[in-house]
Parts: sequence; structure tokens; C-alpha cells
Amino acid sequence: MESLQQQSAVFEAQRVMNICNACRYCEGSCAVFPAMSLVRAFSDHEMHYLANLCHNCTACYHNCQYAPPHAFAVNVPVALTELRTETYEAYAWPGFLGALFRRNGLFVSLATALSLSIVLALSSMLVDPSVMFAEHSGPGSFYAVISHGVMVAVAGSTFGFSLLALSMGVRSFWRKAGPLTRARPMFSAFCGALKDMATLEYLGGGHREGCSPRDEGRSNQRRYFHQAAMWGFLLCFASTCVAAFYDYALGWVAPYPFLSLPVLLGTIGGIGLLVGPAGLFWLKLRSDRLAMPARHYGMDYAFLALLFVISLTGFLLLVLRETVAMGLMLAVHLGFVLALFLTLPYSKFVHAFYRFAALLRFNTEKPEQSRPVTVA
Amino acid sequence: MCAAIEARERGAEVVILEHADRSMRGGNTRHTRNLRAMHSGPAHTLEGSYTGEEYWQDLLGVTGGHTDETLARLMIRRSEELPRWLHGKGVRFQPALTGTLSLARTNAFFLGGGKALLNAQYGTAEASGVRVSYNCEVKELHITRGRFGSASFLNHGVESEIAAKSVVLACGGFQANVDWMREIWGETADNFIVRGTPYNQGTVLKDLIGKGAVTTGDPAQCHAIAVDARAPKTDGGIVTRLDCVPFGIVVNRNGQRFYDEGEDFWPKRYAIWGRLIARQAEQIAYAILDSRVVDSFMPSLFPPLSADTIEQLASSLGIEAGALAGTIDQFNASVSSGSYNPEILDDCSAQDLEPPKSHWALPLDTPPFYAYPLRPGITFTYLGLKVDEHARVLFEGGKPSPNVFAAGEIMAGNIIGKGYCAGTGMTIGSVFGRLAGEHAASPREW
Repeated sequence: MESLQQQSAVFEAQRVMNICNACRYCEGSCAVFPAMSLVRAFSDHEMHYLANLCHNCTACYHNCQYAPPHAFAVNVPVALTELRTETYEAYAWPGFLGALFRRNGLFVSLATALSLSIVLALSSMLVDPSVMFAEHSGPGSFYAVISHGVMVAVAGSTFGFSLLALSMGVRSFWRKAGPLTRARPMFSAFCGALKDMATLEYLGGGHREGCSPRDEGRSNQRRYFHQAAMWGFLLCFASTCVAAFYDYALGWVAPYPFLSLPVLLGTIGGIGLLVGPAGLFWLKLRSDRLAMPARHYGMDYAFLALLFVISLTGFLLLVLRETVAMGLMLAVHLGFVLALFLTLPYSKFVHAFYRFAALLRFNTEKPEQSRPVTVA
Repeated sequence: MCAAIEARERGAEVVILEHADRSMRGGNTRHTRNLRAMHSGPAHTLEGSYTGEEYWQDLLGVTGGHTDETLARLMIRRSEELPRWLHGKGVRFQPALTGTLSLARTNAFFLGGGKALLNAQYGTAEASGVRVSYNCEVKELHITRGRFGSASFLNHGVESEIAAKSVVLACGGFQANVDWMREIWGETADNFIVRGTPYNQGTVLKDLIGKGAVTTGDPAQCHAIAVDARAPKTDGGIVTRLDCVPFGIVVNRNGQRFYDEGEDFWPKRYAIWGRLIARQAEQIAYAILDSRVVDSFMPSLFPPLSADTIEQLASSLGIEAGALAGTIDQFNASVSSGSYNPEILDDCSAQDLEPPKSHWALPLDTPPFYAYPLRPGITFTYLGLKVDEHARVLFEGGKPSPNVFAAGEIMAGNIIGKGYCAGTGMTIGSVFGRLAGEHAASPREW
């Protein structure tokens, strides 16, 4: 059932979008406004779509002649961010776990503490201290501490479940957004969405000079830091895939040399995951609180911190992998990774999936250039 | 802002006294969205070409000759470089907005609208050393024989005075000054809605007129359009305007039609409806539509009132039900069949009526029925200070002041003495602002 909070978030977002639709001065700023102008009356699900299309760049807040303290109190980034967070809860699968988005910073922190404790407790109970704290080297040294089978079983099941939960959420998001008003060929729309995502077009403020995270000034800082985080994550993911291929297809057992493909990808990605989340965290601390709803910062901070720590412990593991600290470092690193896998569908991570779905819808419906002529 | 930036670039020390607080800074520019600029080929977001001569003909057309040709041609000439100049000050442009394709060739749209333009200009100005004081209401200029010495102002309500070598007046018209409006319009002025800033009080304009400045423009005229009667008294801006008139009929509170709703394309007629409604009883009118056409125009701030029958609609509007039903029956009966097409001056009309509806006449017969209450919404007043081609204010005998300059709405009447041509206000403000700033930076004996 829809909570009162969800209703009020939708209601406020609809109120604001109705005003925007009568103004349209921000049409060139991002995807939200052209998508909005295709519709006259906004259903709840259309609002969910627009909310997830919003990148929260806040340019429109600073540009708005109706922004508070004006009586109309138009604050698009706040209204859409409030609603967006509600959609994460509403589309979560299974539904009852949607509640985890309510105090998400707390949830992710506790989940991290828990998974770290579990991995450390199990490894100290199950692994003989003489093995745990010994120097290992050569292929299979990681698996001497935590067995290959356990690693694959735990990672596979948690990550697999997360993927399932994410897909179910995005599926219902896509379906409920309703029939498409017009459709371009799926392939070109897909490429368009992929490009928008890869370039973070809509953190560019409409002219690629950046958005306005702090004040009216323009800056691409947020876009660049987000690029670092996104590409960092993807490179680390690629590194894992290559490693799995080495292991299963070629029979090459980890750890791999410094100059091997998995380690290189992981290192470059890892740097991105240090720089990106740290930069975004820093920008968030300095952001304009009037244009961003600070009560959802917990979710953002927790996710950014988790990515940062995973990368940091990954580097420590790389450096210490031939010392007696390797066993402990491996357990700590995997503890954080487990936390990420466990919380994946109930953390800020979901934004990537809903955003992509929204961009895909936007690119599918993209308005043609024929426009009605009205008041001059 | 253009004046401040230009003057500062020429080395002048510049202080801006802004009546409003920071959130409302920049007067009616906050509510603007584009400027009209001549161009000989595609430039920035502007399509095709728009020659100076065509621009002049457009101005001549809308003003019916109530314009100063020298100043108008000067403005047109200097409009060409504006988009580039503004770009250099941080202003960004976007293609013509949905619903304004007719302006894609002539008008350059600010990305994010007028407030975004202001943010960029204030940012540029402050970075270059211009000082901005908010909540400073200028009350009086001390002028001897046309020469400015100092200005008295209220700084957060505290009286202060500032002396300067020159002054640029860019403080708008007087449409938000209820007392002044009442002097002209009587009690009807109470029912006017001011579309823009509440700070356009005309204090400086009145002060200067009292001190012998020459005026231009009809003091009793203003640009007024039809806005939603439910809009706030001031500062409702673009979202309160209604484009529904050509799609239905418009009646007064007696349920009677009073003007041809389909006389011409809406962009050519919207500006007369403010005055038409101002002449009706209690300055109110109602656009009546049915469900066939209710989605045919740009959405606006408030949803329409609706009812399943005309009688119910009339009672919710406070109109006598029989009168409205009678008007609609009569209208429906005289609608000729034709092929309805809002893109052209079509042949759907209701001719044997007084007044007729010349185009886009469809019978109002598909419930539910809808109504928008309309009031006159004032955009700006025409009365202004007469200036010369250096933006100097003229005093008695047509003698230009050596150091009093004017730019924007306060002198727009020199160019637009009647009517309006979309985007010209911002062009006037920018061109004469730059001229004023240029000359104010180095006041000399002319």
C-alpha cells in the first residue's frame, strides 16, 4: 500500500511539474523538461519516471524565478529527489525489503558491520591461525585462507540474488510507467541511453559546462567525479570477469601478477573508486542544502564510503598479499565486498538501473522537432 | 546589469542599488526568456536570417509608428552583437521552446530563462568588482539643472545617501504602484494583476518627471494580456498567462461575449485581451471551452473549472445560468461547418453574431465543459524617460543630461510606444544598458 509519505512526495512533484510545464524555460537544461512537455496531466507512474530521469544537477533550482522564497516555492531537484527515493522503496523486490530505503545510511552501515563481522568470525573460527597469519605466495594463495568454493558460493549467491532483485524492480518500474507515447527503434534508443549514461550528459547543465552543485556557478566537478566512480566500478567489474575467465576457461589461478589484465583493470578501476567517491563525498559536504534534500544524504554517504573502503582494502591487499597480513586483509576486503553484494538492491546502487531505464524511455520517446505554435 | 558590466570594464567604480532582495534581483528580467536580435545568417540558436529592415518593419507594425526611428534603428543595429556579448558574460542560449517555434528565427532564448541570465550577469559583474547592495530602495535623485549629484535611498529601511559621478537608471515602470495605477484607471486598477516584479513602483520615474525630465509614451497605457484570475497579485510571471481564448468563447460576468476570439492568430492578438477585459464589469471574464479543445493550448498554472452542464458551470462562475446557456446556444447555432485547423486562419466561423468569431469556431457541445477566469495582467507601462542615442536622459528643452542615463523598461517607451514585439524589451535593456554604462563610465562635458 502506498504510504502517506509516498503520496505526499508524488503530490508535491506533480504540483511542481505542472508549474514547470506552464513555463518550460529550462527545456534545454536536461532530459526531464522535454520529457515533461510531452504530457499534460501527470500520473503517479509518469512522475516516477520523471523523478528517475532527474540527475539532481540542481541547475533548474538556481535558474527558477519561482524558487523559494517565491510563493510558488518551485524546487524541482528537491521534489524529484524526494520522490525518487520513494520509488526505490516502491519498486524494491521483494516488496517488504523496500523499507530498507527509509534509513538507508543506517542499514548499509549495519549490514557492512555485520558482513565484516561474519567474514572475520568465520575465518578466525574455520581457518587455522597458522594458515591465516602465514606468508603465502604463488597461485592459490588466497584460497589457502578462504577456499575457492566458499568464495564462489557466497559471492555467486549474493550477487545473483541482487541481480534478480534489481531486475525485478526495474521490470515493474518500466511496466508501470505505462505505454510509450511514441517509439523510436529500440536499437537507436538503447544506444542513445547508453551514450547519455556513459557521458553523464545530463550532469552537463545543457551546455556541457556542468551543473550547479553549490551555487549559481557552473562546474563539471560532479560530472568528472561521477565518471571516475562509474568507470572505476565498471573496470573493477571487468577485472572480476576477466579473472573468472582466467580461472574457469584457462585454469590460471589467482593471484595474478601486477601487470596481468585483471590486476591492471582492477588497479585503474580502483583508483577511480578512490577518487570518484571521495570527490563526490566532498562535493556533497559543500553542496547547497536548499537545492538538495539533506535527509537522503545518509544513503549517498553510506554507498560512497563503502565503494571507497572496498577500493582502499583492495589496494592494501594488493600491497600486502605476500606478507603475513594477507589473510586478515583478504578477510577484511571480502567482508566489505560482501556488504556491497548484500546491500546492492537496497542501496544507492539502484539509481544506476532506474536511471538507465528512465533514459531508455526518454530516448525511445524523444520528441521530434514539430511543435505547436502558441503565444509569442 | 549590462550598464554595470560595461562601466566596470571601462574602469569605473560601480555600485548597484537594488530595491529587491537577492532572490528577486533584476526586476522583470527574472521573468523574461529571450531577446530579439537581427542576424544576417544562422547565428547561435537563431535560424535563418532576420535583417535590420525586417526588424524595423516589425517594430513599425506593432507600434503603429509610436517609435523613435533613430533610436529604434540604433537598437536594431546593436542587437546583432548581443548574443555573442552576453555569451561572453556567461549567458547561455537554447533553441526556441516548445510552443514558441514561431520565434525560432527572430528570438534568442536564454537557457534556463531570465533568472539564469541574471545569475550569469551578476556573477560576471561581482567577479569584476561591481558592488551590489540589496534591499536598497532609491527614493530621490539630487539633480541640479539636469546634472546628477547624489541619490537618497533606504538601506533596509535606514535612510542613506550616495554621491557619484554619474547614474544609470534601470528601475522599470510603475505598474506595481497601485496608487499611481489608480490615478489613471480609477478603481478598476484594483482588479489588475501585475505579471512581474512588485518592485516596479516608478519612484525614480516620478521623481525625475518632477525634476523636469522629458517623458515619452502614453502615461495612461500599459501592455496587458489575459491572465488567470486566480494568479497572485504580483510576480506570477509566465505560468499565469492563458492561451485558451481562440479555442472557445470568452464571456463577461453577464454571460455575454464581447470580442471576436478568433480574429487572428493568438500571437498577434494576445496583447489586446488585457485591455478588453479591463473594460468589462469588475474587470473579469471567463473563457468557456468544451472537452474537445481543452487540451489544445499550453498548460498553465491552475486547472480549469469544470462541470457536466453549462448551467452548473455558470453557477460555479457566479454567472446567471440562463444568460450563459443562451449565449452558447446562439453561438453554437451560428457556427458554420468548415474544416477546423488551428494552424491556419481556417473557415470555421460564427459570422452572423455580434461580435462574430472569425476562425476556429467549433460548437461548444461536448461535456464536460471548462472555464478559466481571466483578468488583465499588466506586463509593463509605456510611460518612460526620453533619452538620446547615448542613453542620456533629456531634460527641459530637450537638453540631454551630462550624467543621468536610463536603460530598460524606464525608457522602453522611446522604442515601443504602443503594442509589443516579443523579446524587444530585453534588447532595449541590453543595448541601452551597454550604451549607458559605456558613457556613464567617462562622464564628460558633452
